[in-house]
Parts: sequence; C-alpha cells; structure tokens
Amino acid sequence: MTALDLLRLDLPALLAALLACATCGLLGSFLVLRRESLLGDALSHAVLPGIIAGFALTGARAGLPMLAGALVAALAATLLITLVRRAARIESGAATGAVFTTFFAGGLVLMEVSGARSVDLDLDCVLFGQLETLVWLEATGWGSLLDAQALAGLPRQLHLLAGVGLAVALVVAALWRPLKLLCFDPDYAAALGFPARRLELALNMLVAAAAVAAFEAVGSILVVAMLVCPAAAMRLLTDDYRTQVLGGAALGAALGVAGYALAGPLPAAAGMALSLNAAGVIGTLGGLAVALAALLRSRAPGRAATA
Amino acid sequence: MSADGGEAAARAGSPPPLEIRGLTVAYGERPVLWDVTWSAPPGLTGIVGPNGAGKSTLIKAALGLIPALSGTARFFGRSLEEVRNRVGYLPQRASVDWDFPATALDVVCMARYPRMRWWGRVPRAEREAARAALAEVGLADLAERQIGRLSGGQQQRVFLARALAQDADLYLMDEPFAAVDAATEQAIVAVLRRLAAAGRSVVAVHHDLSTVADYFAHVLLLNGRAIAAGPVRDAFTPEAIAAAYGGRLNLLEHASVHAAGRS
Amino acid sequence: MRPAAGHPARAAGRSLPGAGAMTLGYNTLVVLAGCALLGLAAGTVGAFALLRGRALVADAVGHAALPGVVLAAMIVATLGHDPRSLPPLLAGAALAGVLGVLAVQALARTRRIREDAAIAIVLSSFYAVGVALLSYVQTMPGAAQAGLTKFILGQAAAMRAEDALWAGAVATLALALCLLLFQRLRAACFDPDFARVQGMSAARTDLALLGLIVTVTVAGLQAVGLILIVALLVLPAATARLLTYRLPRLLLLSAVVGAASGAAGAAASAAAPDLPTGAAVVLAGAACFTLALLFSPDRGLVPEALRRARRRLAAAEEHFLRAAWEAQEAAGAGPGTAGDRWTPIAALAAARGWAEARAWRLARWLALRGLVALSERQVHLTPRGAAAARRAVRAHRAVEHHLLAIGAADTAGADRLADLVEHGLSPEAASRLLPEPSSLPASPHALGGKP
Repeated sequence: MTALDLLRLDLPALLAALLACATCGLLGSFLVLRRESLLGDALSHAVLPGIIAGFALTGARAGLPMLAGALVAALAATLLITLVRRAARIESGAATGAVFTTFFAGGLVLMEVSGARSVDLDLDCVLFGQLETLVWLEATGWGSLLDAQALAGLPRQLHLLAGVGLAVALVVAALWRPLKLLCFDPDYAAALGFPARRLELALNMLVAAAAVAAFEAVGSILVVAMLVCPAAAMRLLTDDYRTQVLGGAALGAALGVAGYALAGPLPAAAGMALSLNAAGVIGTLGGLAVALAALLRSRAPGRAATA
Repeated sequence: MSADGGEAAARAGSPPPLEIRGLTVAYGERPVLWDVTWSAPPGLTGIVGPNGAGKSTLIKAALGLIPALSGTARFFGRSLEEVRNRVGYLPQRASVDWDFPATALDVVCMARYPRMRWWGRVPRAEREAARAALAEVGLADLAERQIGRLSGGQQQRVFLARALAQDADLYLMDEPFAAVDAATEQAIVAVLRRLAAAGRSVVAVHHDLSTVADYFAHVLLLNGRAIAAGPVRDAFTPEAIAAAYGGRLNLLEHASVHAAGRS
Repeated sequence: MRPAAGHPARAAGRSLPGAGAMTLGYNTLVVLAGCALLGLAAGTVGAFALLRGRALVADAVGHAALPGVVLAAMIVATLGHDPRSLPPLLAGAALAGVLGVLAVQALARTRRIREDAAIAIVLSSFYAVGVALLSYVQTMPGAAQAGLTKFILGQAAAMRAEDALWAGAVATLALALCLLLFQRLRAACFDPDFARVQGMSAARTDLALLGLIVTVTVAGLQAVGLILIVALLVLPAATARLLTYRLPRLLLLSAVVGAASGAAGAAASAAAPDLPTGAAVVLAGAACFTLALLFSPDRGLVPEALRRARRRLAAAEEHFLRAAWEAQEAAGAGPGTAGDRWTPIAALAAARGWAEARAWRLARWLALRGLVALSERQVHLTPRGAAAARRAVRAHRAVEHHLLAIGAADTAGADRLADLVEHGLSPEAASRLLPEPSSLPASPHALGGKP
C-alpha cells in the first residue's frame, strides 16, 4: 500500500465515514433524549422517494436537488405521521412504521419506474452503503491536499457531507440552549417564549439532511445505527448534557474511523485477505459500543455519588 | 363571580395579574372548559376542583400551551407576549424525563435562558441567581446532583426553584404539592408565603381541600365552569364545594361543542 | 423463474418477460396462495401486536434476521449442501430474530434506554452485522451468497413452489397458535386486570405474542423482505382499527387486508419480476390503509369533515332562524305571532355579530330550503321555518335557564354557552331541562345586537 493509494482510495472513504458518523452521532442525542429514536429510522427511509424524485426531475446526480427532494419527503413524512397518529388513534411507533415503510416502498417503485436504478443510483448504496466506491483520482500526492483544483475533484458525496456536517454543527451550536430546553421540557420552553414547534421542525430537518448526506456513503439503515448507537451508549455512560451531546459526536466519529479501518485497511496491512463492507463493520461496532456501555453500567451501580 | 378580582385590582390601582375572559377549551369535541371568566387577584390563589375539572387545562391554555376555542387571557392587563418575563410557570413534575442528563443547577438555570445568549457558557451572574433560587428552597447542597438521583420532593423543589429563578410577578403552578412529603410541602408553603409578602402573585392548582384555607387567600372552584371565586372565607363554602364536586352539573356533560369554530 | 445458482438474484427474474402473468403456471399459483396465507397470518398477528403496542418489534426482528440468514447459508454451503434450501435459512432467521427480541428487552431493562431506542439499536446493528457478513460471503468460493440479497427486499417471483409451501406452513402455524391463544391474547389486549385475576400471566402472554411475531416475520422474509416486513403486520392492523372497534371483526378485517396485500404483492412480482415484492405488498397495504383513513364511516377524515361541516351549517341555520324569531319578539310581535313582519337581514347579522355577507349566504340557503322567504333585503319565516325557529329558541332558552338556575353562569355567559351546546342537545336532555312541552320561556336577557 503506497501513500498515493492511501490518498486516492482510503482518504475519501475514511473522511466520508468520519463526517457521516460524527454528524449523525451529534444529532442522535437529541433524538434519544426526546424519545424519538424511531424518527431517525423513519426519516432515513422516508427520504428515498424524495431523493429519487429530485434526481428524476433534474436528471442530474447533483447534490442539491436530491437534498431538496429529500427534505420535502422528510417534511411530508413527519406531517403524515402526526396526521395518522391523530386520525387513526394508534401509538406513534405504529404510525411511524406505517408511514415510513410506505415511503420507502414508494421510493423503490419510483426507482424502478424512473429508471434511476442501475443507471445512476445503485440500490446497493441504499441498502448497504458503498464507502469503498469513493475515490479521489485527482490526488497526485500529499500536495493535493492543498490544491484547490484537486480538492474539487473529491467525490461529490464528500462535499455534501462536509457541507451538511458543518451546517448541523453550526445550528446545534447556535441553538445550544433552546435545544437543551426543548429536549428536557418542550412545554416549559414554549412557556418561556421559545419557538418550540419551529425548533422541533428544525431538528427534524437537520436529521433528514444528515440522513440524505450520509445515505450514499453508509446506507440508510446504518444512518439509523449512527443516529442511535453512539447517543444511546453515551446515555448509559454520562449524566452530563454537554458530554452526552459532544461525546455522542466524538464516539460516532471514532466508530466511523475504527470501523472503516477494521473493514479493509488494517487486515490488509496485517497481510490478511479480508475485506468487509465498511458500513456494516461500523454499524456492528455501534451495537457493540452500546452493549459494552450497558455492561460497564451494570458493573458500576454505585456511580450515584459521583454526580 | 369576578367581583373579587375586580375589587382587588381596583384596590391595587392596577389591572389584575391574570384575567381570563370567556375561555372555552375542548380536546377534540369534548369540552373541558366552558366559557370561564375569572380574574386572579394579587396574592395567593388556589384553583380547586375534581379530577378532569380542567384545572391544569386552564393554566396551560392561559399560557398558550394548548389552543383555546375562544376566549382570552391577559396578564397585568397585557398580552402574554408583552409581559412574558413577568410570568413564571411550574409544570407538573411527571411531565418530564427525570433521567435527563442535567444537574439540579442546570434545570434551575433554564429559567434564565431568555436572558442569555443561545450558546456559550452560562454567565456567572445568571448562575448565581440560579444558586440563590436553589438555596431558597433548601437545596443549595444538591446543586450539582443529577436530577434523577433526587427524591420526589426534592425534584418538586427543583421545579419550584426554577420557577423562582424566573423572578416573575405572577407564578402559575400546576400541582406544586402533588406527591411530595410533608417537609417539602411545608417548604413550598413557606416559599409561597414569602412570595406573597414580597408582593408577588401565585395561582396554583391544588387538590387537597383540607389545606385550601391554610395555604391560599383566594380560591377558584372549577368544574368545567367557574363555580365560585373569591376570598376563601366567602367563596369556599360547603354549597360551592358541593356544586363543584357534586353531580348537579352532569346534565350537559355529554354535550359536545357542535358549533366549534363558528365566527 | 428460478435463479440459476451463482447468478445475482436480480438478474435472474428477467429471463422470461411477462411469462408469469400469462401462463399462471403451477409455481405462480402456489406462490400466490402462499403469499396470501402469509398476509392472512401477518394481519392476524399484527392486530394483536398493534393492540399491545408491540408492532414495531417486527421491525427489529426482520432486520435482525439478516445475519441469521447469511450465517445459515454459510454453514450450509460449508457442509456442502444447497445453500438455497429454505428451512435452514428460516431457522437461522428465527434464531437471530429471537436473539434480537431478547436484546431489545435487555436494553429496555436498563431503563436508561427506552424501548423505541432499543428497537432502533437492535435493528440497525444486527442488520449491520448482516451486511458485513454478506460482504464476507461474497468473497467466499462457491454459491453461498446466491439469492441472499432477495431476503432484503423480497422477491416472490424468484420463489419456488417448495419455498412457498414452507412459508405457507409457517404462516399456518402462526395462525393456528393465534387461534389457540385467542382468549389469552384478547384478555391481554383488552383487559389486563381481568387476565391477571384469571391467573393468566401477562408476561407469558407477551412472550407468546413475541414468538408469534418472530414466526410470522420469518415466514415472510423471502416474499416481502426483511426491511418492509413490519408493514405487513402494521398496515392491515391499522386499517382494521380504523374500520371497527370489535375484536373479532378487527381480526377478520386485518387478516383479509393482509391476505389481499400479500396476494397483490405476489401478483405484481409475477408480472414485473424486477419490482421488489416487498414494495408491492406494502403499497397494496398502504392503499387499503389510505382508503380507510379517508373514508372509514366512523373515523375517516372525509366523513368526519363532512359531519363537521354539516353540524356547523345546522348550527348556523338554527342561529339564523332564532335571530329571525327573536327579532319578531323584540319588535313586540310576541311568540306565536311570528311571520307577521319582515326583518332586515342587516339587523339579523348585527344581532348575531355576523358579517353581512355571511348572513346573506345563509338567507339564500334557507330560502332554498323553504324555511324563509326572501324579499329585497329582508327575510320572513315561512310556517315551516317558524316551527324550526321555535324549536331552536326553545332549546336555547332551556339551556340558558338551566345554567342560570344552577348558578353556573351569568346571563351573558349562559347565552354564549347555550350557543355552543344547544345543537347537540338530545331530545331527552331537552325535555328534562324543560318538562312543559308546549311552553316557550321568555329570554332571560334583552334581545338585540351582540357586542
């Protein structure tokens, strides 16, 4: 493995894993704290028809139309879940399940009908994630990292991921206190005059944006893993809000990097002919992280006084 | 019915802390509050009535947390938007997740959020104000404890401290005495009395008829409608209590708001 | 229609375009019947799962099945058998599914992690294990990976009659267990207290229900796919719930919708083999659900909106007629002599606090119904209109007097309150409020314009 290989083949995928997992890990705490973990599941599936429609309408595999379509689909799904829950009077979990499976199924059919599948949008990307297909052929050496022209040749998924990740980080930082209040006590937030409804909507849109950006890199189900697992693990380990939120992002990033490394590069470096789907390994590590955290917590029941 | 509030306001020479007019609230088509018109006088007021009488609904609708079919709530003669920082709120303890990763001090600081930037560190002055509020309810030592590790009574006092930290002129409290131990109850009563002595007003949902006369100067008897209101000695009569808790109003209970949404 | 060993599953179905739909051979018929049976079982189990708030467990079970299926295929292939043989794959899926359910329960027991988060964790991380294993299998020599991906989105068209029989058998088993446990399940769903008194352990019933969910989910893997199988449990049950409150009927409806969805999915898959069967099944179920959501007589959005509009119109009509009547009274015509004079519409609008245009629209509508006569800018109650107006006035005043008598409101409040409730008043309530049938009490307040 040469340095150039590292730069051309591993760096883009590693960056994508890092960005996707850190972004989802950051947002995950809000979902888990608001007891809306399944919303991550729902939104990451529901964006599919929006992505396909955005693609079919513009005929281009460009980031922005797909992002816009996905956000519209996510918004529609959120509204529909609320409507179904109220009108059918079924618990929110079942309403969520009814809506997102329908959206996902619609997306699959749309993919078939619009001919998007196999031409530009690979179904395998959606189902498994294809970190390995991200390559940076413009890289000629370490100097390319400073070369704007070469950087522009980075896979567009990376550009989208970086943009969305930055936006999510900025919004979370700018809305730090209102979001904390919203997670703890939405009614009190409203009573203090904070726009609780709009904050909720903004949060959902951030999750949808993160889901779309991470979609092609890590696949839809692994978006769910990264939205829930790091946050849940931190939930078991800490009683501090800042640690919960930032730790979730950090743990997500760490899982992303470690998972990618374990899937191919590390075994290769050790001379093993093992190559696994990186997204799968990352998700597996996510589950293991939660299990480990649960184990640590049950081993240390006397942590009460340390708070 | 509103004579008492009006009088008190006239005495004070200013509009009443809370004035509700024609408030009708329904969940779906089941009405919970019917055309309630009532003014809270300055001082301590208890809202009393049987389960499902709409006591919490009254407070939440006044604060705009749930939509009303009709009616208005004015605070100090103004709309809530204009005087939000003069109105404090204490929700029911059961309404939040006490496993939340926050310390008692964190929760009390939330009351000061409207005075802070939305990001960055909590300014020292605000933190001190929150600590003072915690000290006032006797929890200074537990400021750094995670809220899930507090007893039920202590949790209620954290909520009370948070309300106090809003430094409001009117406090709307939803069941402040629900499921707390006797010591906490006395501590809360002491805080309420100090508030009243300092010229603040409190409107609290209360469910223990035996302590109404001890804790509150004024009372609103509610059962879907305002049954009686006024100073405790005048309004809290056996007849009014029977009217609020008895079955005489059942006749219309099953009617629904069929003209809801009319202009 | 069978995928040849070693070919990617998706390419396999394309061999004979339209063949399935045209010939309807033995294979297709068996698959169709198997899918219908599967839907029947899923609808039944789903109804109980929905009522117990456990529907989403199927999502965790479905996703958790992937590593089980892949591992089973690997083991079977290593042993030198046909890795496409269904029973070992289903057994692997069932084992993994049970493991998933146990993991959900273990996580939920920490209490820090709620059940919704536990479900999301299990479904995503188990699935991830499956994806990693799948990528490993693909590097293995041999045909172990053949057709494994079809378990993800489902491909009924690629099912052999033998597969359909297996799926049908498992579904029948689930159905039989459901009927056997009917009393227990019903008690657990509707009356947990009664169940406890009867000595039925809720925990054990829940365990049985989870077992049923696992069974039916596993049976549906090949046809519907593990991502969307949850919909086959949720959508029919939710549809039935919109249509009825009674359990036997709910079960029946749910089963029928499930069967129809399953059959529709299989048919669509036979006609268009590229279409993921799971998607077709879900869309068929979603269509049923949407129809029920819109048009269910009791809870549908459209009937509900119509009812509300009709009630609002009736209330406005009554208010208009009463205003016309009271205008007569105010002019000294007195009860019983209504119809003698014409009333300006502007005056009625003022009395109700309505915009004049609204009063005009109502006047035209009532004229159309023959309840008022319309002339220039004035109205006049017809005999039928006068009778209706009298009824409205009676109801209004009955409520007003009742509220005043019990001291629940002052006169202005009673007037406003009565406006709200008088229309919904049942005849019994009205006659109790006003026992004298022919009397028309005087209004407790002055008649005329509203503020």
